[in-house]
Amino acid sequence: MATLTPVMDRPVAARLVRSPADRRRATVDRSMRGLALAAAIACVIPLGAVVLFVTLKGAAGLNLDLLTKAPRALGTGGGAASAILGSLQMIPLATVVAVPVGVLAAVYVNEFSGRRSATAIRFAADVLVGIPSILVGIFVFTFLVLPFKQFNAFAGSMALALLMVPVIMRTTEEILRLVPSTLREASLALGVPMWRTVLSVVLRTGLTGILTGVMLAVARAFGETAPLLFTALGSRLVNVGDFAKPMDALPIFIYVNARQPFPALNQQAWGAALLLLIVVLAINILVRARSWGRRAA
Amino acid sequence: MTLQIDAPPPPEAAPPEAVPPEAPESGASESGPALVTTYLRGPDVQLAPAARGERREVDAAVVVSGLNVYYGSFRAIRDIGLSIRRHAVTAIIGPSGCGKSTFLRTLNRMHELTPTARVEGSVLLDGIDIMAPDVDPVQLRRVVGMVFQRPNPFPTMSIHDNVAAGLRLTGRVAKAELDAVVERSLRRAALWDEVKDKLRANGTSLSGGQQQRLCIARALAVDPEVILMDEPASALDPVATLRIEQLMAELRASYTIVIVTHNMQQAARVSDETAFFTMGEDRAGYLVEQGPTSQIFTNPKHQLTEDYVSGRFG
Ligand SMILES: Nc1ncnc2c1ncn2[C@@H]1O[C@H](COP(=O)(O)OP(=O)(O)OP(=O)(O)O)[C@@H](O)[C@H]1O
Ligand SMILES: [Mg+2]
Repeated sequence: MATLTPVMDRPVAARLVRSPADRRRATVDRSMRGLALAAAIACVIPLGAVVLFVTLKGAAGLNLDLLTKAPRALGTGGGAASAILGSLQMIPLATVVAVPVGVLAAVYVNEFSGRRSATAIRFAADVLVGIPSILVGIFVFTFLVLPFKQFNAFAGSMALALLMVPVIMRTTEEILRLVPSTLREASLALGVPMWRTVLSVVLRTGLTGILTGVMLAVARAFGETAPLLFTALGSRLVNVGDFAKPMDALPIFIYVNARQPFPALNQQAWGAALLLLIVVLAINILVRARSWGRRAA
Repeated sequence: MTLQIDAPPPPEAAPPEAVPPEAPESGASESGPALVTTYLRGPDVQLAPAARGERREVDAAVVVSGLNVYYGSFRAIRDIGLSIRRHAVTAIIGPSGCGKSTFLRTLNRMHELTPTARVEGSVLLDGIDIMAPDVDPVQLRRVVGMVFQRPNPFPTMSIHDNVAAGLRLTGRVAKAELDAVVERSLRRAALWDEVKDKLRANGTSLSGGQQQRLCIARALAVDPEVILMDEPASALDPVATLRIEQLMAELRASYTIVIVTHNMQQAARVSDETAFFTMGEDRAGYLVEQGPTSQIFTNPKHQLTEDYVSGRFG
């Protein structure tokens, strides 16, 4: 064919003129975009509001006394040292227990198991992520508190670990799935045994992502209240190292002191709330900053 | 199993065509299976004249017979029998999907990573059936190494650590020796001069062609006998490809190399032996013929081979 014949019978100019239907579409487009923006703002407002409110109310309460002094057994005064030290003991123990279990479970599901058991384990972990934490508290209460007739910090740690495991497992698993199979093959083709390949290549490659999952789980554990009420119970005494006894934690401290009829104790609750907020936000920001840094590199 | 003959001239002293002695060629031109017997039964084979008076083993490093590979109920490879010459480059060519990669991966049992894959037949490596249950695939892969289509250095490791990975992760070498092995492997892979000042840099910071040579160095560091390469240059530009090809020409003095390639010129340039695979109606791949590369490309015995190498098919 020597010449190209136009296929359209309408000239291009006519097809570019806006019809009433086109104008209607443009209007709908604009209003939908506005709605979506409003919804997006509505998502951010609560965070902003919580941060602002807790900061305003808690700023006065967050002082050196709160950080360093133990609660007074009776009356007002003192600080939240018992709670801070309690959280700083129970959460590391919970992390030490939950990280190997969660990571190994993810390794098993991703590297070794068949498709069907993997689906089953993944489903179980997803359900566990969504389970109300008070149920975990009651469960641990039944097995680690009742038999000893004693609320104890160990049970608190285990309850927190139970909440952390599925989070760590699922995030680790997502990360491991992103590790290219060509790296596994490269390692195995060098005559590296499977376990060593998983350890030094697969987990090593996913390490940053796994740490992110762990930190988010830690942040979650810092704020968990319900499972601790049944297990570690809370205490007005500073407990260092005795996991067989009740122990205080930041969320319990907030819960207890916010319900007291003394404004000074309410003030301490607000201060502790601000401290908790700072810890959780700091962990989250640290995690994001790391992934932002990686993307920029 | 092995056949003692006088050494052919080393590669740098003669063009590749001169390296295969007449013996295998004359055997190969009779029929397919004769090739195997020629390699296996030596005494009645004509000896090539000695080039430098030194003696060298020339024989089949790997002998494959009756090899069938299945993925579930699908047969990907049918009844392949071929032999792979020691210290030579064997090219495997054939249309896409005819089972070249599948074949290559059975040679170091990488097929076992595919849960559905199943193998029948025998693969003799120096007379030992590597499919036997008492052969440890982990150990096998230290003897039969592999280089992949896309360069795949470990992203978390430095150039040095990438090369050292095979030894470090198998715990076979004292830390002090590692540096020497790393340097030697990088030199052999013709990468040393380009990276010697940045051994601590990340392996992925290299260019694609350098990364592929890094992967070759990594494979060399564990001191394999056989190196399998699955389209090692297909992701590289022509210059990087040329470097890899030069490298293969150097490496074949010390290693047995099997390379899968879609590039006919490449097969003709780098290989001593060529095996042509194709697939039948049932999509199962099979060996059409194997022979010295010059013969496969200029005077193949099968019409299928001629059509393929002259570009009339695939
Ligand atoms: N993991 C697998 N599971 C199922 N079938 C597979 C698998 N890998 C390969 N196959 C099939 O086996 C046959 C041979 O595949 P193979 O990858 O070995 O071909 P190839 O010759 O390497 O092709 P190409 O030249 O495109 O790389 C194909 O039909 C392919 O679909
Ligand atoms: Mg392939």
